[in-house]
Amino acid sequence: MSTIGKVTGIIANLVIVEADERVAQNEICFIKHEGTRLMAEVIKIMGRKVYVQVFESTRGLKVGSEVEFAGHMLEVTLGPGLLSKNFDGLQNDLDKMTGIFLKRGEYTEALENDKEYEFEPLAKKDDIVKAGDWLGQVKENWIDHKIMVPFTFEGEYKVKSVSGKGTYKINDTMAVLTDADGKEHKVTMVQKWPVKVPIKAYTEKPRPFKVLETGVRVFDTLNPIAEGGTGFIPGPFGSGKTVLQHALSKQAEADLVVIAACGERANEVVEIFTEFPELDDPRTGRKLMERTTIIANTSNMPVAAREASVYTAMTIAEYYRSMGLKVMLLADSTSRWAQALREMSNRMEELPGPDGFPMDLPAIISNFYSRAGFVYLNNGETGSITFIGTVSPAGGNLKEPVTESTKKAARCFYALSQQRADSKRYPAIDPIESYSKYLEYPEIVEYLNKNNGENWTTNVFFIKDALLRSKETYEQINILGDDGVPLDYHTTYWKGEVVDFVISQQDAFDKIDCRSSFDRQRYMLEKVVDVLKIEFKFDSFEEVNPYFKKVINQFKQMNYSEFESDEFKKNEKELENIIQERKVA
Amino acid sequence: MEKDTKAFQRIYTKLFQLTKATVSLQATGIGNEELAIVDGRLAQVVKIMEDIVTLQVFAGTEGIANDAEVIFTGKAPTLKVGEGLAGRFFNAYGEPMDGGEIMGEEREIGGPSVNPVRRMQPSEFIATGIAGIDLNNALVTGQKIPFFADPDQPYNQVMAMVALRAQADKIILGGVGLTNDDYLYFKRVFDDAGALDRIVGFINTTENPPVERLLVPDMALSAAEYYAAEKNEKVLVLLTDLTLYADALSIVSNRMDQIPSKDSMPGSLYSDLARLYEKAVQFPDGGSITIIAVTTLSSGDITHAIPDNTGYITEGQLFLRKDSDIGKVIVDPFRSLSRLKQLVIGKKTREDHPQVMNAAVRLYADAANAKTKLENGFDLTDYDERTLDFAKAYSEKLLAIDVNVEVDVMLETAYELFAKHFTPVEVGLKKEFVEKYWKEN
Ligand SMILES: Nc1ncnc2c1ncn2[C@@H]1O[C@H](COP(=O)(O)OP(=O)(O)O)[C@@H](O)[C@H]1O
Ligand SMILES: [Mg+2]
Repeated sequence: MSTIGKVTGIIANLVIVEADERVAQNEICFIKHEGTRLMAEVIKIMGRKVYVQVFESTRGLKVGSEVEFAGHMLEVTLGPGLLSKNFDGLQNDLDKMTGIFLKRGEYTEALENDKEYEFEPLAKKDDIVKAGDWLGQVKENWIDHKIMVPFTFEGEYKVKSVSGKGTYKINDTMAVLTDADGKEHKVTMVQKWPVKVPIKAYTEKPRPFKVLETGVRVFDTLNPIAEGGTGFIPGPFGSGKTVLQHALSKQAEADLVVIAACGERANEVVEIFTEFPELDDPRTGRKLMERTTIIANTSNMPVAAREASVYTAMTIAEYYRSMGLKVMLLADSTSRWAQALREMSNRMEELPGPDGFPMDLPAIISNFYSRAGFVYLNNGETGSITFIGTVSPAGGNLKEPVTESTKKAARCFYALSQQRADSKRYPAIDPIESYSKYLEYPEIVEYLNKNNGENWTTNVFFIKDALLRSKETYEQINILGDDGVPLDYHTTYWKGEVVDFVISQQDAFDKIDCRSSFDRQRYMLEKVVDVLKIEFKFDSFEEVNPYFKKVINQFKQMNYSEFESDEFKKNEKELENIIQERKVA
Repeated sequence: MEKDTKAFQRIYTKLFQLTKATVSLQATGIGNEELAIVDGRLAQVVKIMEDIVTLQVFAGTEGIANDAEVIFTGKAPTLKVGEGLAGRFFNAYGEPMDGGEIMGEEREIGGPSVNPVRRMQPSEFIATGIAGIDLNNALVTGQKIPFFADPDQPYNQVMAMVALRAQADKIILGGVGLTNDDYLYFKRVFDDAGALDRIVGFINTTENPPVERLLVPDMALSAAEYYAAEKNEKVLVLLTDLTLYADALSIVSNRMDQIPSKDSMPGSLYSDLARLYEKAVQFPDGGSITIIAVTTLSSGDITHAIPDNTGYITEGQLFLRKDSDIGKVIVDPFRSLSRLKQLVIGKKTREDHPQVMNAAVRLYADAANAKTKLENGFDLTDYDERTLDFAKAYSEKLLAIDVNVEVDVMLETAYELFAKHFTPVEVGLKKEFVEKYWKEN
């Protein structure tokens, strides 16, 4: 029987419950209030006193209210039908909720119990299977959604029966498995899993060795993210975190995308709701929404559910990874989740760490990032979760606990610069401060050179160097004045500007420029490197600025035209002419 | 009649703890966030521990004795909503300032959020005539955006101007620590414009106790929800000054012994402000709530916790700055941003709007560089000189807040300035736009 308790104290959404029987840390409970049940999670147990954080407003709640413990942690429902859904942080299907305003205590089913799926068996009688093994598959949008041995099953099982090809509902028994003791277990298309526990149904998690194409040049060309890699985007407000994440979610070469909108603006999620059902996935030609799941816990939704939202998203991503899929997970913003932890730890009067954040914040963040990765599944297939989170540092200052903890956990650092944003150099990623640790992996370098041409990484380091030297010369020119430096300082500066304008900068709102394939990036990279290597002739520094502006402008016309189209070629020819004007033969 | 209702209310007379803002007493059957009257002053339950209830007294506890009468009302703060709201001004408790009663339905303020999937994407352009806004930072219905301004800037005047030009069905003014002069100013401007019947005001002035302010935004937004969600009206909410709201939050959390985070603000500041701003919404049936707020800065510091958290919540910000070259207040094109502008510019306005906007700001940035050069004692190139001339004209003809023209005129003006000072290549617009709109002098 489930444990029953009684409310004895209320401070905002922290509620103290007295309970006599078994209660577990992180167990879910429901507080009865005026005909509704408010969901809460146990966060501390002190003798008979159980501290719970309520995922809802506690307005009107009274001491003495009855509390029912659920006997399990916060869990999500996993099965076909998760794609294209809009969930809240607790995996309630937002579309199933009634009315315009959210109602406290209204919880909705994550999946459709009556929807029929075409099942095809993959395992057969007498197969020996374990957690995560594929028993069969159904079509979910265009994905082969695997029906797996539930992750909670420990040890080996023998398949007693698997349903034949046909149409089934998610709660139908699809297979019967026999455990070592001869006990039979029915398996349906649905299983539950506690969000804070990583799903580890894989044999190995190697170091990532492939690159994930994102279509965003500051990522792919300058600081690529590995498939199964981790990265984060810190930046002050307005510097472009969300626009960048939206670009990734639209263009990244992933099988599917899970977006956790965590404590940020509702209108930004509405943008996805509105656009994704209309936008085409350039790789499959299907609608983007078909490969996307959204977990929306916007800033005005209950604070405690913010923490849940990122875990819910991660668990859904892990579920699909176990099917051998390439998943991209995005969280905007992980700082809001950290702040929710801070609010709660504050209310519990815990000893605060730096800036009032809980002491164990670094551990919490690194545990979370470690759930991403590239894996080999039991059957040798591969799957991956590439995770990119944003961080919103207070005052835009990167020396703060969330940024610092994340820097230790993530392998790519995409620093957004206020100065670049102010001068509208979008995406405002600082090309010099940012890094991808993956560029230091020999296996990644090898992968890049194999796929993008043997000169690829040499060229990449060449333009990075050009950017750095440009910045240094710019400082010199500023100190010494335009005519106080040798003429070639000006060309060095402007060659860096060519890299900045043509490669680093990218118009997220232009139909064509917004997405750049690796083929196109290689073409443009080579073109830019060629120009950088040319010696130009100028008589005075005053000629340098207008000339390079012309070069940049022409390059940009290329960026704005369809790759390899007539227009593209025309613009390229024009560029050639401009270059010939001053090229030293 | 009154006696009857009182019979159901529980009355206590034994306070055992008093701080500057709170009182605690032994009481049972009390709901969280319930309102009570403590010695005639409105108070709200902020904490319950067993049978000990702590109340925050909005007007402060000065002079309250430990045997003061505490009456619990059994409900959270409410506002009576109905057609009678229009044209009236209320205090922080939602009571008409000129006395009298409002007929209407009682609603809890600070109610639930809109389900994000029921929201519509904002798409209606709000023309203000001010080019610093319409050209560079176009506003959209359902948006939330503050003015970031130093206390000496004319933010209330600009806000009143924007409100009157915005063609809203209702304008709701939430005065949070408004000076009495500014309160009268708003009243007069709205009156002069013959707009009083479209106005609802909830006013807490500097003469009222600071903690009372905490109720004003919720009152204003509840009224806004009534008009927008039920009457499908386009509502514009003006909240000035939310820095004072945040200050009041910090007073309360301080007195409740909470650990302050940055700049002595409560750790929940982000959530507290987001709860208000996120009431901005475009409803499916045409109604909308647009929030224009004011966040005053101390010596222009936007890294302070209040503007910083605000910036993370709102859909951009409008910076007012005095341009000493032209002696006028302008909308600063660098620090200002409307995040929703791309939903309308080039779509609801002329196709070249985004490019013209970006090009002009880029050239203005070049001018700023030239200025730095000049200040450092370096010679200017011919291009530098031209950017400086351009910047001055741009500031005067487009950025100044006294500009009042339509977007097409703004675009034409921009092309005139471009052609006067630059070549098409220097401006860098897409070829098709140069061909179509460039004006040779
Ligand atoms: N890549 C980009 N291209 C063009 N404009 C951009 C780009 N990135 C950001 N912006 C501009 O900056 C604004 C703020 O970007 P956003 O991603 O919302 O910032 P953040 O999430 O960091 O607060 C956008 O509304 C847009 O106007
Ligand atoms: Mg953002």
